[in-house]
Amino acid sequence: MTEPTRYAEYTTGEPITDSKAPDGPVAERWNRRRFEAKLVNPANRRKHTVIVVGTGLAGGAAGATLAEQGYHVVQFCYQDSPRRAHSIAAQGGINAAKNYRNDGDSVQRLFYDTVKGGDFRARESNVHRLAEVSVEIIDQCVAQGVPFAREYGGLLDTRSFGGVQVSRTFYARGQTGQQLLLGAYQALSRQIAAGAVEMHPRTEMLDLLVVDGRARGIVARDLITGEITPYFADAVVLASGGYGNVFYLSTNAKNSNATAVWRAHRRGAHFANPCFTQIHPTCIPRSGEHQSKLTLMSESLRNDGRIWVPTAPGDQRPPGEIPEDERDYYLERIYPAFGNLVPRDIASRAAKNVCDQGRGVGPGGQGVYLDFADAIARLGRTAVEEKYGNLFEMYERITAENPYEVPMRIYPAIHYTMGGLWVDYDLQTTVPGLFAIGEANFSDHGANRLGASALMQGLADGYFVLPSTINDYLARHPRHDALDASHPAVAETLADTEDRLRLLLAVDGDRTPDSFHKEIGELLWEHCGMARTEAGLRKALDRIPQIREEFWRRIKVPGSGEQLNQSLEKANRLVDYLELAELMCLDALHRAESCGGHFREESQTEGGEAERRDEEFSYAAAWEFAGTGRAPVLHKEDLVFEYVHPTQRSYA
Amino acid sequence: MLLMALATRTDRKQRTDRKRADGRPSAVRTLWGSTIGKKAVMAVSGLIMLGYLVAHMFGNLKIFFGAAEFNGYAHWLRTMGEPILHYEWALWIVRLVLVAAVVLHAVCAYQLSRRDLAARPTGYAHRRRRASYATRTMRWGGIILALFIVWHILDLTTGTVHSGGFQPGHPYQNVIDTFSTWYGNTVYLVAMLALGLHVQHGFWSAAQTLGVGSATRERMLKATANALALVLTAGFVAVPVAVMTGVVS
Amino acid sequence: MRLTLRVWRQPGADAPGAMVTYPLDGISEDMSFLEMLDTLNEELILKGDEPVAFDHDCREGICGACGVVINGDAHGPERTTTCQLHMRHFADGDTIDVEPWRAGAFPVVRDLVVDRSAFDRIIGSGGYITAPTGAAPEAHATPVPKPDADFAFEHAECIGCGACVAACPNGSAMLFTSAKVNHLNVLPQGAPERETRVLDMVATMDEEGFGGCTLAGECATACPKGIPLPSIAAMNKEWLRAARRGAR
Repeated sequence: MTEPTRYAEYTTGEPITDSKAPDGPVAERWNRRRFEAKLVNPANRRKHTVIVVGTGLAGGAAGATLAEQGYHVVQFCYQDSPRRAHSIAAQGGINAAKNYRNDGDSVQRLFYDTVKGGDFRARESNVHRLAEVSVEIIDQCVAQGVPFAREYGGLLDTRSFGGVQVSRTFYARGQTGQQLLLGAYQALSRQIAAGAVEMHPRTEMLDLLVVDGRARGIVARDLITGEITPYFADAVVLASGGYGNVFYLSTNAKNSNATAVWRAHRRGAHFANPCFTQIHPTCIPRSGEHQSKLTLMSESLRNDGRIWVPTAPGDQRPPGEIPEDERDYYLERIYPAFGNLVPRDIASRAAKNVCDQGRGVGPGGQGVYLDFADAIARLGRTAVEEKYGNLFEMYERITAENPYEVPMRIYPAIHYTMGGLWVDYDLQTTVPGLFAIGEANFSDHGANRLGASALMQGLADGYFVLPSTINDYLARHPRHDALDASHPAVAETLADTEDRLRLLLAVDGDRTPDSFHKEIGELLWEHCGMARTEAGLRKALDRIPQIREEFWRRIKVPGSGEQLNQSLEKANRLVDYLELAELMCLDALHRAESCGGHFREESQTEGGEAERRDEEFSYAAAWEFAGTGRAPVLHKEDLVFEYVHPTQRSYA
Repeated sequence: MLLMALATRTDRKQRTDRKRADGRPSAVRTLWGSTIGKKAVMAVSGLIMLGYLVAHMFGNLKIFFGAAEFNGYAHWLRTMGEPILHYEWALWIVRLVLVAAVVLHAVCAYQLSRRDLAARPTGYAHRRRRASYATRTMRWGGIILALFIVWHILDLTTGTVHSGGFQPGHPYQNVIDTFSTWYGNTVYLVAMLALGLHVQHGFWSAAQTLGVGSATRERMLKATANALALVLTAGFVAVPVAVMTGVVS
Repeated sequence: MRLTLRVWRQPGADAPGAMVTYPLDGISEDMSFLEMLDTLNEELILKGDEPVAFDHDCREGICGACGVVINGDAHGPERTTTCQLHMRHFADGDTIDVEPWRAGAFPVVRDLVVDRSAFDRIIGSGGYITAPTGAAPEAHATPVPKPDADFAFEHAECIGCGACVAACPNGSAMLFTSAKVNHLNVLPQGAPERETRVLDMVATMDEEGFGGCTLAGECATACPKGIPLPSIAAMNKEWLRAARRGAR
């Protein structure tokens, strides 16, 4: 399909700036933006249609809120119900600067922690807004009936989480994401029943409709009948989540995919910082070749669990037989101030390092112990069960080992993607009328996301930010003329989509979609995973076009397109992964520094810590699509730090 | 917004009887229009019949104290409530209440059963039974009991199908006649076993339906259901056994 | 492990279906049930057959997408979701029957995939607290006693997988509906809509063609999240209370 090109020889285009964030003190910007934004007359809102793709925390919250405001919302999810979006699997909690503990927390501190945690690659204005809105989220969720953990006095309980020294994480046992998502889903369901949201479950967005330079709708496929339909709107909101599944093995849901964002990218939306992927340190190690996904154990486990490996390489004794002085509690040793609560990237890399030294435990030596013996002795088994019961059960179900008696084994896995569609302060992409919220955008976490901040960002975007900022766009662009499938731009996009699916079905080769997915995933994990090198990335960049070529020669998709065809869904998502993987490697190659989740072996301190290079790389890299396999154009958005001054992160 | 919600739902199911925005249907209508309501009707009618059965059983046991006492008790049933009530009025009130209970119980059971069967149009190829025998036999047990009631009334109240010469006002002899035939005993024993099973699940189920059940009361309710089932079955079965063994003659 | 699978195959909603037998070899006991089905599907695709369609997503036991009836048990022999059921619970040489959820309100879409949208309509008819964004009071304004919060959470754990309906001989959705009613009705925030919620949700449940409850208890046995059977009694109590209060 694609002629080999010199993809790595990208060009640098015009720098881009965020034109929407107001100047002035950071704490006043959000208020000012809201005041300066134009509003849509409530009576006119019903005449505006807004498409929302995805029903996770961001999409569900946005759909419900826009409908409450009076807009006509048309919403999509590939799952059979909006309640199943993968936000549901978030375990640990949600941050908010409530300072209920009187432990010195504040909006200012949450802002500071998040900018620092993101290794100074996020936009200050956005992060401050996130911290401000965080307190409203908790109020909103409690009002919806989200059953957060409470203390005996009836007030909300909080816990501490990786990367911070205050207790600001609200939680609902180990199922916070589920409870928050169900809150948003219920609010959305109310609007669906009221006819304000037109919900299309089991319908997948396959392309973006751009007409006269504006996002005017999407092309979507009904996954049951196979019917491909254009849907039109005055604005499109992508809340389709991250792209971690490009790695095949990740903690994402099996069907989470990058098609919506990648198709938007192909239609003109810049893709920012694709190499910023987060590896989560506490996942259950893989058990064999058949592994189809990885399961995360909440990071909150690190509050009470102690991480260790045997001091001696190759020590095969069962954990119970290794005496205390032959154990290396390496996080507590290297980072005495934060200990087991260092940020995710640091914890992950440390685990990789000890395993590389031959001190890993479990099958293949790809694991470290997370030990609760001390916590059980200190707090009692009941208290530990109260906090982590369901996580322990889950671990035992999967591994057949009882973590109350034997330490858990954990290993890092791909978990979250900080990169995503570039958006301005209004969460609008470079395609006017196209907005991206939640994990689908790149905005708030910089190069590394702190624990319990994804739920915060998804809900902040969905409940509060987007519903304010989208007004401005809709007010400034009065309703467009009606469109139909005969418009040339629409017809072209429709034909594109139909051709792609037809082609996939026509190849009739000899390899399954999963076999290609595993291949590209292993390649990325090897060269664009926890540690990256120039040589490795170049190797991957050579290999990806070959895999893509082989894919279009050998893919086998049985069945037809006019039915529920899960192989076709997978193959179609792979088409996009095979292009996205290339951009990730290029982004990782061009960013010759280490920061957050992006660790370049060439850029580390003598102690083996990540070394940022602010003078060269203090920018967000927004990539412009130039054609499949063609070198993209880099647009830099310089990051200015007026309030939190970049320092080398130190958690020692 | 509320009207729109109504419109959406009404369109979907062509429902016109339920109102939302401007008041709800009456409690009786709500009750009869819902599966939970019908179950509540079954629970209450079932409990009425259960109460009656307990009294009936105690009455039956008087047969062990001789014909005079038993026949006297039967006569009292007719004079009960006098002088404020006329002869047999109280008995007829009881009968009417019981007929109403039986009819309501049966109609609800029939309607709910049809609904339940329709809700599972296709069964599993791999069959597996886990619910208790009592639970699974509620429907057949109910049918057996309904048929038994008809036979029982024709046999010992009206005497239409009675085996010997039916003598009004002499229930002691009538009972002995009935339990002197093999089929009289068989019908009665089968029905009483069905009754035990029906009461065992029915009492517990009624408690759940009426919202009395809770995690803490679970054990107490189950024990009560078992005890009731056992005592009723034993109490009723004692009479034919006594006749068969000659203890009562 | 070597297994014999008998799987329900049905090409579409209106097409007839049948159990089809597939021998399967090389199954590891560390595989999840769905990974075992993945293995079967990879073989089927390479043979040019259409793979078995089944719903699944998170594979962590929380999204509620997956669910098949395994040897007559919803989600199989363990109390968990199908994705979290591991092959170590089966023996080498076993024959395993795999069927879709069976209920009138859950029509089969294809193979093991069923349409559970009736659940969404039950939630839409009252399974929420009306709290438009931005209108919320300060979170600590209304303390919730811990026992109530715990009770709410215990019922809020429902993942909407539909195993309760699949296991119930009457195809009843009482456990699902009661879980949401109890979650919201016990909270002070849910009190203003307490009566309308239970009446409307139960009415929708009935309209959707779910059967009534005969307290067979199969639902609670099958529930991967352990929603307890007394949940149904608690909803009955709420419903009767609301019906008594009538059209306030």
